[in-house]
Amino acid sequence: MKELALYIHIPFCHKKCYYCDFTSFSGMDKRIDEYIDFLLLEMNLYREILTEYVVKTIFIGGGTPSYIDGRYLVKIIEFIRKNYNLSYIEEITVEANPGTLNREKLIQYKEAGINRISLGVQTLNDKLLKSIGRNHSGKDIIENIKLLRELEFSNINVDLMFGLPNQAVEDCISTLEMVTDLGVEHISYYSLILEERTLMNKWYKEGKIKLPDDDLERKMYHKGVDYLKSRGYKHYEISNFCKQGFECKHNLFYWRIMPYIGFGISSHSNIENKRFCNFNNFKDYFAHLRERKLPISEVEYIDNNMEMAEYMIMGLRLVDGINKNMFKKRFGKDIEEVYGPVIDKYIKEGLLQENGVNIKFTEKGLDLSNIVYVDLLP
Amino acid sequence: MQNIKQKNIRNFCIIAHIDHGKSTLADRLIEKTGLLTSREMYDQVLDSMELERERGITIKLKSVRLNYKDDNGEEYVLNLIDTPGHVDFNYEVSRSLAACEGALLVVDATQGVEAQTLANVYLAIDQDLEIVPIINKIDLPSARPEEVKQEIENIIGLDASDAPLISAKEGINIDAVLKEIVNKIPAPKGDKDAPLKALIFDSYYDSYKGVVAYIRIFEGTIKPGMVIRMMSTNKRYEVTEVGITTNKHIPVDKLEAGDVGYVVASIKNVKDARVGDTITGDDNPTDKPLPGYKKVIPMVYCGIYPAEGEDFNAVRDALEKLQVNDASLVFEPETSAALGYGFRCGFLGLLHMEIIQERLEREFDLNIVTTAPSVIYRVKTKSGELLSIQNPTNLPDETEIEYMEEPIVSASIMTPTEYVGPIMELCQSRRGIFKNMEYLEETRVVLHYELPLNEVIYDFFDALKSKSRGFASLDYDLIGYKQSDLVKLDILINGDLVDALSIIVHRDKAYERGRRIAEKLKEEIPRHLFAIPIQAAIGSKIIARETVKALRKDVLAKCYGGDITRKKKLLEKQKEGKKRMRQIGSVNIPQEAFLSVLKYDE
Repeated sequence: MKELALYIHIPFCHKKCYYCDFTSFSGMDKRIDEYIDFLLLEMNLYREILTEYVVKTIFIGGGTPSYIDGRYLVKIIEFIRKNYNLSYIEEITVEANPGTLNREKLIQYKEAGINRISLGVQTLNDKLLKSIGRNHSGKDIIENIKLLRELEFSNINVDLMFGLPNQAVEDCISTLEMVTDLGVEHISYYSLILEERTLMNKWYKEGKIKLPDDDLERKMYHKGVDYLKSRGYKHYEISNFCKQGFECKHNLFYWRIMPYIGFGISSHSNIENKRFCNFNNFKDYFAHLRERKLPISEVEYIDNNMEMAEYMIMGLRLVDGINKNMFKKRFGKDIEEVYGPVIDKYIKEGLLQENGVNIKFTEKGLDLSNIVYVDLLP
Repeated sequence: MQNIKQKNIRNFCIIAHIDHGKSTLADRLIEKTGLLTSREMYDQVLDSMELERERGITIKLKSVRLNYKDDNGEEYVLNLIDTPGHVDFNYEVSRSLAACEGALLVVDATQGVEAQTLANVYLAIDQDLEIVPIINKIDLPSARPEEVKQEIENIIGLDASDAPLISAKEGINIDAVLKEIVNKIPAPKGDKDAPLKALIFDSYYDSYKGVVAYIRIFEGTIKPGMVIRMMSTNKRYEVTEVGITTNKHIPVDKLEAGDVGYVVASIKNVKDARVGDTITGDDNPTDKPLPGYKKVIPMVYCGIYPAEGEDFNAVRDALEKLQVNDASLVFEPETSAALGYGFRCGFLGLLHMEIIQERLEREFDLNIVTTAPSVIYRVKTKSGELLSIQNPTNLPDETEIEYMEEPIVSASIMTPTEYVGPIMELCQSRRGIFKNMEYLEETRVVLHYELPLNEVIYDFFDALKSKSRGFASLDYDLIGYKQSDLVKLDILINGDLVDALSIIVHRDKAYERGRRIAEKLKEEIPRHLFAIPIQAAIGSKIIARETVKALRKDVLAKCYGGDITRKKKLLEKQKEGKKRMRQIGSVNIPQEAFLSVLKYDE
């Protein structure tokens, strides 16, 4: 049996954050019921296709999955249990925003088998939270985490951001200090990226907000990495940290280019040398499913060269990098045979290192990974 | 059409400043005389090249034959000859004017007379053309037709009292224009039985027919089968086709004195049918060519290099193809230590240069790197040799130079009086020598300056426009060479001299330019893994220095989940950007950086 990860997209939010460009809508609550029905329809269409797979992880992301009524998530997970092979399931994650969680909802989650909660925290500084459009306070977050503990959720992630307008290195560290004091198992610590078509990008272009310069931004990163390491967290991916054994199993499917299927609008799938994504609007998504057609808007066929490149690019995000034997096992070629010159070049320039088993970024390389990636593209 | 008598032919062109409505008026005349209906017509038939349309200027000349019947039922042939509208193409303008007996002077009723218009009007007056003023854009609320008429009378000395008030855009009063053409412009003269004398006023290469030359017959007759001779080269060709142009070529059995049309004679290269040359018959040649022919010489040179070395042949092929239609473009291979194999190209002016660059990129899909433009300097060496230098790299060592000379132009700048101050400052800063100032009317003057050409080719025009909020216009002519204290300014990037960035400048300006270029390059060169010093130097003396700091961050920190495609797209964009850069030593330099030496940033 082959292993598979499932992603489910819940495109609803109370209010869109100023930096967010993921597919998500606010004020569309009347669509929720209908959307969940179509999600089940889509999952049903895939049932036949995926009989040879066992589901290892499920990730319900958004938008804000915790924004919608708990029974919807229960319904989704029950449907998957009934129609897919979940005998080897290891991780079921739900993304949640403080301010949308309550005891009742969490009990529903617990009963449905959800064993990992990923909280969108970003920062614990209330002023910064407000400036990026989050509608919760630092206090909400701490209360939420305490509640999760009380209900015996033993795998909690928090998403944190650095490089925010007016953020100081001290803000980053004090937030990290508070969440580590609460003992969360996993931390995603990533830098703000201004995407086109976001409010913040517009403000930035109009000169209304200023971002920390590259030097300060890197300082926030490195100080953060050092701090988390000092608190016993393992730095296992460019932006991800965990207590021993708490790596995000779902994300490892992405980083190792293993099969995954995404359900719901705008979600992405990667399976059997095909990468595809769904329509990013309700109309087309619904229309295709009504006719019992997969709601796919784009397909990319991945040839061997591209697969190798993606394997390298994604795999190098992991701090342990790429295992040379795994590469050979998967592609039937030595990694040096394919990427020898690029690897040598960047070992010389101090961006890559190898220890006989793994090829991985140096500390400097983690900051400058795109330079290497560009040369890995076919 | 052939039976129209010489007295019912009118050959004319339209003189107008850019945007004053020349092309629109041409369209209306074409429409009005029934050649094309407006539905059939593209906007602006005469401007056929995509680039020309975009830039709103006309580069190549063409002619259109219009049939017109007046109120008495008398039939006329009106040959409209199109002229380019930019100072770079002055010579071509003068040749198309020479093909006409008259010119419509189109003046914008809101803008009045501009320097460029004036320059072309004087060219037309020099050719003894009958000038027919037309006031355009009277539909605009800010139109001031009576003032503009007065201006035409005061400035140019033409009688504008009968000038038709029209709106080409709205099609108002176009009939009056046609009447003026017939009534004011004289019919051509010339004996159809005399030895052939035909002026080439444009030519282009057609892949089926070979060169098609647009001609105006002054004396004699030309027809298929006869052997013609180009008087500047004495080369002979047998005529295979003659014809007239409407919206397409229409072959006819002959063209006679007074006619405008085209000739095809198995000519392989436009260089053999040069604008301004005279065609005569080989059997019965005329003894004297038409006056005014000159071989156009490039005024501005620059290096054009493929962004990627392997495209060298593609760039050569493209330049050859462009040259087939552009006798004023010259090029020869050269090598640069920084850029590898490429070409030194000569142009009529900066605009011509920019047009060629854009066509290479757009029509031939080439990635090119252009070096700083240069004029031709004259160098007298201590050993007594006289050198012409059009590439700064070839300048001998300072110790071997006796003296250097640079080309000087006489420039006329027409401007509203309120901008005289800033413009004089600008000319001053560009080493201009003030000659005199003429008042055209109370609020308008023409400033006459002598300026070194190398100061004019560096964004002088842009600076002029910004100092005058777009109101000033410029016209210039080469008047000769002058001795000058010039030095070669070199740029070193990461310690390596980048020959493609070297320029020749006046010594007094070297520091300023060196500093500006270094600053500009600092902005243009992306951060690398290491810090990159940028230095400007005269000989071994460093006169300016900047540093591009080492790159600290180039990472996609954000988790895009399973959307690997998006990640890849971002990387591919980055890769594409890298491709557009030239690697010099271990530094990647974007193409734009090579142009940064052009900008003063005033």
